[in-house]
Amino acid sequence: MSVMNAQAGAVRSMVDFYLTGMRTQIQIGFQYRAATYMYTIGMLSEPVIYLVVWRTIADQHGGTLNGIGGGQIAAYYIVWTLVRTFNIVFTPFGWEWRIREGELSAQLLRPIHPVHYDMATFAGQKIPWLIMYAPLAVGLGFIFHPSLHPRPLEVVVFFVAIWGAYVIRSLNHFVLGMLTLFTTRATALFQIWFLTELLVSGRLVPLTFMPQWAQSIAAWLPFKWTFYFPIEALVGAMSTETLLTGLLWQCLWAAIGSALVFVTFRLSVRHYSAVGN
Amino acid sequence: MRRGLQLAWTYTRLGVLNEMQYRANFFVAIFQSLLGVAVSIAVLALVYSHTDALHGWTQSELLVVLGVQILLGGVIHASVQPNMERLTQDVQDGKLDFLLSKPADSQLMISLRELRLWQLVDVVSGAIVVAVGVSRLQTSVGIGHAFAFLALLLVGASLLYCFWLILATGSFWVINMWFLSDLFEGVYQVGRWPIGVYPGWLRYSMTYLVPIGFAVTVPAQAVTHRLHWVTVVVALGFATVVFVVARRFWRFGLSRYSGASA
Repeated sequence: MSVMNAQAGAVRSMVDFYLTGMRTQIQIGFQYRAATYMYTIGMLSEPVIYLVVWRTIADQHGGTLNGIGGGQIAAYYIVWTLVRTFNIVFTPFGWEWRIREGELSAQLLRPIHPVHYDMATFAGQKIPWLIMYAPLAVGLGFIFHPSLHPRPLEVVVFFVAIWGAYVIRSLNHFVLGMLTLFTTRATALFQIWFLTELLVSGRLVPLTFMPQWAQSIAAWLPFKWTFYFPIEALVGAMSTETLLTGLLWQCLWAAIGSALVFVTFRLSVRHYSAVGN
Repeated sequence: MRRGLQLAWTYTRLGVLNEMQYRANFFVAIFQSLLGVAVSIAVLALVYSHTDALHGWTQSELLVVLGVQILLGGVIHASVQPNMERLTQDVQDGKLDFLLSKPADSQLMISLRELRLWQLVDVVSGAIVVAVGVSRLQTSVGIGHAFAFLALLLVGASLLYCFWLILATGSFWVINMWFLSDLFEGVYQVGRWPIGVYPGWLRYSMTYLVPIGFAVTVPAQAVTHRLHWVTVVVALGFATVVFVVARRFWRFGLSRYSGASA
């Protein structure tokens, strides 16, 4: 019985930890509104460029490309912005700074695994972002006329899937960041990772626009579950079965990510010799 | 004027010497540049696997646009962006006061202090991409066009510098400007495609508000036989106006700056 109680207590304090972390970030986010908007404008240009280019091509083909209409392309990239917002996590490039400034040493003294700090912090930032982003999304809708008619189930799956994407990407980036503890020149590897992600995640184009071989590669990598799947869940016409198996795939990649975080963190910390305080 | 040039030369030498200490970074920069170019070309190939021409631009012509964008990006990342980032950081940390107490033109000083030499690798790879694009064009490029191209590149670099300066001057009012690089990087990607592709409102704002249309598309027009002399005149006039405005805005910002310890 006491074991049960202890476990319940551990879960409760973890939930409390996450809620507090998120609340702090929500307050910070609302304090720096101008900065948040400027950052968002910079971020928005990426999907708007893709949208314009692919829509131009679709128009040249009489309005559709590979069976996808101009309105659907618009919907894809507008939903993209929302998914991208959820996909922002602690960057692996940041670990170099953490090590150099002695942040990591301080973090190691705390009783909770560092991954939880990042997960709680960035999850909290989503809320102010979401609220401030809403008018921009409406504006984009007026400009580009997306065609978006999701079923209720698709909406539900979408909201689960964007959090799934957030978890997968957080874990993967944490694992990448761990490489910094072995080599300070991990930058090149991060870059390869991000460019691969760009090409086979659905970030650049809906995966169906890619050649068949690229789609086959994408099927075996975690990337499409963080961009293409959540976007398509809302925009595309996926069957109920595809939607639910998609969520299972996300669970699988989250489980793999968690295991890797656990293992790589142990190995890295053993290797780590502190800098700073 | 002579003193200004002397100062520029000294700072450049210092910057080069500083960067020479970290030679391994040269290879990292080459690797990053190659990777960036490879992915951009893959994206172009993907786009042109679905179409022959994008808004009238063929794949070879778009290679030229891409090359110009990479080349100018190299110039900005090597000499403009690091200086402007340092400016905003110095305002925030209160270190700008040290610079202002020196007996030289403040705009010149804040624009010269940093040089990231290895980023110039992008200038080389951008130039190669332009050359490949030009060599694949159906028509040849004459001396006049080549000269106009180089001149317009300088105009483009100057416009982008002014744009950055205006943004960074904003730090006198908005102290925390961590988002500037993200904002610029995001918006600069617009230049990857000819400005004519974009819908009207975006095209105008990316030409006059953010001068990326002038900076990237216009030089590319010079070597793809799309350039009209009116465009050249407008570009030159616009660049002059923007330079004056940026300088005035800098002085205005400076006059409002009360210093960190005052």
